[in-house]
Amino acid sequence: MTPLLSVKNVTKTFPAGRGKNGKKARVHAVNNISFDIYPGETFSVVGESGCGKSTTGRLVDHLLVPDSGEIWFDGCDISKLSDKEMRPIRKDIQMIFQDPNGSLNPRMRVEDLVAEPLLIHTDMSPAERMKVAHELLQVVGLGAKHAHRFPHEFSGGQRQRIGIARALTVRPKLIIADEPVSSLDVSIQAQVLNLMQQLQRDYELTYMFISHDLSVVEMISDRIAVMYLGSIVELADKKELYAHPRHPYTKALLSAVPIPDPTVQKDHALLEGDIPSTIDLPVGCPFQTRCPRCQADCKLKPIEPVDVGGGHMVACLHMEE
Amino acid sequence: MSEKEILLDVRDLCTVFQVGKRKTVTAVNGISFQVGAGEILGLVGESGCGKSVTSLSVMQLLKNTSGRVVSGQILLKGKDLLHCTEKEMRAVRGKEISMIFQEPMSSLNPSMRIEAQMVEAIRLHTDMDKKAARDHALTMMRKVGIANPETTIRSYPHQLSGGMSQRVMIAMAMSCDPTVLIADEPTTALDVTIQAQILQLMRQIRDNNNTGILLITHDLGVVAEMCSRVIVMYAGRIVEEAPVQELFAAPKHPYTQGLIASVPKLGSGVTSLPSIPGSVPDLSMMPAGCKFAPRCSKACDRCHQTEPPLYRLKDGRQSRCWLAESEAVQPAEEKEEQIG
Repeated sequence: MTPLLSVKNVTKTFPAGRGKNGKKARVHAVNNISFDIYPGETFSVVGESGCGKSTTGRLVDHLLVPDSGEIWFDGCDISKLSDKEMRPIRKDIQMIFQDPNGSLNPRMRVEDLVAEPLLIHTDMSPAERMKVAHELLQVVGLGAKHAHRFPHEFSGGQRQRIGIARALTVRPKLIIADEPVSSLDVSIQAQVLNLMQQLQRDYELTYMFISHDLSVVEMISDRIAVMYLGSIVELADKKELYAHPRHPYTKALLSAVPIPDPTVQKDHALLEGDIPSTIDLPVGCPFQTRCPRCQADCKLKPIEPVDVGGGHMVACLHMEE
Repeated sequence: MSEKEILLDVRDLCTVFQVGKRKTVTAVNGISFQVGAGEILGLVGESGCGKSVTSLSVMQLLKNTSGRVVSGQILLKGKDLLHCTEKEMRAVRGKEISMIFQEPMSSLNPSMRIEAQMVEAIRLHTDMDKKAARDHALTMMRKVGIANPETTIRSYPHQLSGGMSQRVMIAMAMSCDPTVLIADEPTTALDVTIQAQILQLMRQIRDNNNTGILLITHDLGVVAEMCSRVIVMYAGRIVEEAPVQELFAAPKHPYTQGLIASVPKLGSGVTSLPSIPGSVPDLSMMPAGCKFAPRCSKACDRCHQTEPPLYRLKDGRQSRCWLAESEAVQPAEEKEEQIG
C-alpha cells in the first residue's frame, strides 16, 4: 500500500535569541524525523511537553515550513509549496485543535463556523452550505437547535464536537488532531474519542493523533511514534509497542503512567537526571542524560533508527531485549 | 478512623458565590470529611464540582473573591478555623496547614529569587535568623530531591523547569513542618515521568513526618496509587466515600461507576469506552432532585423529584443514591436538603 503521507528526514529549528557564547542560538524542535501514514489508519505521535509533537503536526499541515527534508502528501511534495499553491491541498488536510475555546471565532454562529471551509474550498450556494453544516452538526451529536448559537453557549465537549464537524465539512483525507481531548473531563473525553472512531469508520478518515496521554493513544491508535526532544525514538504497531517496548525512554514512559486500579502494585522505574535544553542538544542520543542504559558510545554520533522486525523501529544502541 | 489521630475535621461546609446583586450559587454544599495523621485522602471530581473551592475554603483564601463560607466548621486539631481572625489565620497557614497549587509557575513570585521567597516563608513562622533560615531552605530543597540546591536557590522561577518549580513549592510548603498538606492537582501540569517523581516524594513526606494529606485530583490513576480513602464530588456535593480498594472494586454511586468505566486503562487493549452522556449541570441551573439524575442510566421518577441523602453504609462507605437505601446503616445528614 502506498502511504498517504510520507515524512522524510524533516528538521525544523526556531531562532532563540543569543546563546551562552553570544552566537545566535536555535531551538531544535524536530530533528531528522521520518515516518509514513497509510490510508485509513490512526497514526499517533506521543511524547512529553516540548518533544516536538505539535511542531510535527504543524509541519504536516504546512503551517510551518521545514528547514530540510521532504513531506509527501498524496504523491506531491508539499514542503516546498508556496501558501497559494498549498491552498487547494488544504482541503484534504484538516486540523482539530486542543483548545476548542481558542480555535472557534466567538463572534460567529456555529452554523457559519462549520460552513466556512465550504465557502473557501467549494462553489456551493449559501443554502447548500447551510444544509451540509446542519447535517454535520447532527452527525457529531448536536441538534439543529444549536446551529444559531455562539461558541460561548457550549460546554468544552460540545465545542470540540463543533471543531470536529468543521474539520469534516470538506471531506478531508487526513485529519490532524492535536491533543483533541486533553482539555476535557474524563467522562466527556470518552464521548469525543468514541465519536472520532465512529466518524473514522463512516467517512474512511485517516488520523494523525497527537497526544501526551499514553492510555488515550493506546485506545485510538493503529501505529505509534514516541518522540523525545525532537527525535522519534521508537515507532511500532500499538500492540507491539505496549507489549514489548524496546527503547529505555518508552519503557520509562509506560511505567510512569498511574494505573487506575489500586490492586495493581506498580514498581515505577523512576528516571533520574535532567532534561537537556533543546537549544544545546547533546551529541548522540537525546535521552543520554536520563537513560539507565547509557554508555560511552551513545554520546558519539546521532543514533539511526533500526528495524527490529515488522516495522518496529528503535533508535537505541543498547535497547531492551 | 478511630485508631488514628484526626488532624483536619471538616463538618457540613457550605460555600456560596455571589453572582448578581441578589443571586448566589452554592459551589460547595454540605461537605464533611476527616483527614487523619499519615493518611492521604483523595478528593476526586470533574471540573466545576467544587473540589478546589473546598480547599480554598479550608485555607480561608476566599477573602478577595465573591465567595464566602456560609456555614459549617473547619476543625484543625480541634480549633475552628472559621472563627480565626485573618491575623490568626496567617499564623496557621504555612505552619500548621500548607497548600501546593496546580500551577507551580504562577504560584511563585516571578520577581523574587527562590532564596528570598523561601527565607521569607520560614522566618514568618519561626524565630530563625536569615542565615539559619537559608540553611534550612537548602536542607528542605535537598530533601525534595533538588540536585544542586546552592544553584537553584539563586535562580528566579522562570529559570526552573515545571518539575523543579513544583519541588520548590513542596519544599516551601513543607519547610515549617505542617501537620496537614493540601495538594490541589499537584501534578496536573507536569509530564508523566516527572509526575511519578513528585508522587513518590509526597509519599516519602507522608511516611517521614506522618503528615495528613488531602490530595485533590481529577486523575483516577493518581488516586489509585496514592490514596487510602477517596471522596467523590459531583455538583458541589459528596456523592460517594469509600476506602480506595472498595471504591475501584465495587463503586456504589452510578456517577462513580461511570467515571471509573470511562477512564482508558493502559494495557487493557480496549478500543471503545463507555461514556457518561450529557454534561455537568450549571451551578445556577441545578436540576431538582438528584443532581446526577439527568445523566444517570438508572434514574427513576423519585430521583428527579427528591435528592437522596448521603447514606452511611458499612465499612465506612457513604453513597448519595436512592439505590443505596436498602444497604444503609443509617442515613447520614438529612438537613442539607434545604440549602442551595
